[in-house]
Amino acid sequence: MAVLTTPRSNVELASKGRPVKETAFRLALLASLAIALIFLVALLAYVFIEGSPRLDSRLWSNMPSIRDPEIAGAQSAITGTLWVISLTALFTIPTGIAAAIYLEEYANTSKWYNRVIELNIQNLAAIPSIVYGILGLGIIARTFGLGFSVITASLTLGLLVLPIVIIAAREAIRSVPPSIREGSLALGATQWQTISRQVLPASIPGIATGSILALSRAIGEAAPLLMLGAVSFIRFNPDGVFASYTVLPIQIFNWIAQSREGFHILASAAIVILLAILLLMNSVAIWLRNRYQRRW
Amino acid sequence: MTVQDRPTAPGASQSLARSRPRYGERVIKVILLVAALVSVATTVGIIISLLGPTIGFFGDVGFGRFFGGTSWGPLFEPPSYGVWPLVSATLITTGIAILVAVPLGLMAAIYLSEYARPRVRKLFKPVLEVLAGVPTVVFGFFALSFITPLLRNVLPFEVEIFNALSAGLTVGFMIIPIVASLSEDAMSAVPNGLREGSFALGASRMITSLRVVVPAAFSGIVAAVILAISRGAGETMIVYIAGGGQPNFTFDVTVAMQTMAAFIAAAGSGDVPVGTVDYNTIFAVGSLLFLMTFAMNFVSARLVRKYREVYE
Repeated sequence: MAVLTTPRSNVELASKGRPVKETAFRLALLASLAIALIFLVALLAYVFIEGSPRLDSRLWSNMPSIRDPEIAGAQSAITGTLWVISLTALFTIPTGIAAAIYLEEYANTSKWYNRVIELNIQNLAAIPSIVYGILGLGIIARTFGLGFSVITASLTLGLLVLPIVIIAAREAIRSVPPSIREGSLALGATQWQTISRQVLPASIPGIATGSILALSRAIGEAAPLLMLGAVSFIRFNPDGVFASYTVLPIQIFNWIAQSREGFHILASAAIVILLAILLLMNSVAIWLRNRYQRRW
Repeated sequence: MTVQDRPTAPGASQSLARSRPRYGERVIKVILLVAALVSVATTVGIIISLLGPTIGFFGDVGFGRFFGGTSWGPLFEPPSYGVWPLVSATLITTGIAILVAVPLGLMAAIYLSEYARPRVRKLFKPVLEVLAGVPTVVFGFFALSFITPLLRNVLPFEVEIFNALSAGLTVGFMIIPIVASLSEDAMSAVPNGLREGSFALGASRMITSLRVVVPAAFSGIVAAVILAISRGAGETMIVYIAGGGQPNFTFDVTVAMQTMAAFIAAAGSGDVPVGTVDYNTIFAVGSLLFLMTFAMNFVSARLVRKYREVYE
């Protein structure tokens, strides 16, 4: 670029030929977003069109079968998913919130063990889910002797999504301004009274959003459960925490593995159900975030 | 921390001090600490569950056969334990995925951070979130029944039904949101002064994006890419469903391959008796996968910390 002090340089400032390159770059950027978007739309359209012939009540009123795709349903997988996810929520949400409260409100970050906990949570969030399957198989199913049951699956999935809950809950707690705490403490409340009556109520929307997102991750997770006995065809609903089980993603996987076309249609229909559940949960999470988010 | 720890000014009234010890407060603190320690116990549990069978495996098979062989067939007779076919399959599918995800994800991030108006950003970010929320078994199904037939119709050369190309491409789309949203965070964190300085010098938006913002956010972008690589390397369902189950030591992406994660899933879903070499093999491969992703996460975390030092 020319020196700006000369009058003639004003002409130079409007550079020639730039718009073409600029526009091309802008279009390339837009195109890459569009490609990702097209992939998503193609995926959703494909499973919906493929699955639409079987999107009916047979899916949730019939039991799984690998003999006849016409009468096969996914009832035991849907109830199994409900069992596993409810238990996962019971285990992971209180643990995650408690851990987040400790790290945000109590932990002294100059102590080495608190830094270890913190680093460890970041690392856990990036460990492949199949490795959690190994943990579930080696420790929870074998060493604890819980076997291939609903509770083993729930604990494994709970540990898998625990970092998500902790990270979301920490962010929510951190966003409550210190003045709220100081005001409460100044009025004579103890630390726990301050946390339970001021900080937690104010951070519930953020915690709820993070918990829902964590649970929706757990609902779609299949890899660790492959190793925990969910693959076998279960033709009954679980009747307790120690019962055998299967879940929706694993049932879908089983149908994909069949070679007959009818089962692929069935798999698509079950995927539509699974995606509908996840979309509903995500919408609730986004709604919660927008409705109750407080700016301090 | 607690009121007790604060020094009392000399001569101050003693009534400020706590009249009776609050055991409840301490009990609560311990309960919360225990909850935080669950995460540490998880890591310890993973290491313990991997360590025993892995030691047993190397006692039976030996390092040489595991790392020196190029043929993988632990269930065949005679069994072969060369891990390289699994490692190369993992590297190849992850490599294809990165070739898809890094350009697309990075360019999407530049668009969202530097070009898009707030309203457009509000529209597109949820799209990436939805893409990130699709279960991997669904991606696997889509790869096998849509992407693979598409490749077989479009490409001029023969493509097998189970192939590494389709699996790798789909894993790439799966990790686009990771690359895009983390690099977008890194670029948004670049102070506006840098952009304004660049504009003031006459640089266009493209030059500012590529020569100022991207270099300034570089460590954050690298961290995002490394995290995406480790997510791709650990991905199970897509490569298991679309990549097939044959361990082939080849660089031909049109044939079936078995990655480390896919082997763990395939062997682990059978009912393998505890203590056998077959059982231990799963854990040995698991240890290798764990170490690889752990090393990448470590590097990524270091880079993020370094990047934070620069701008905060």
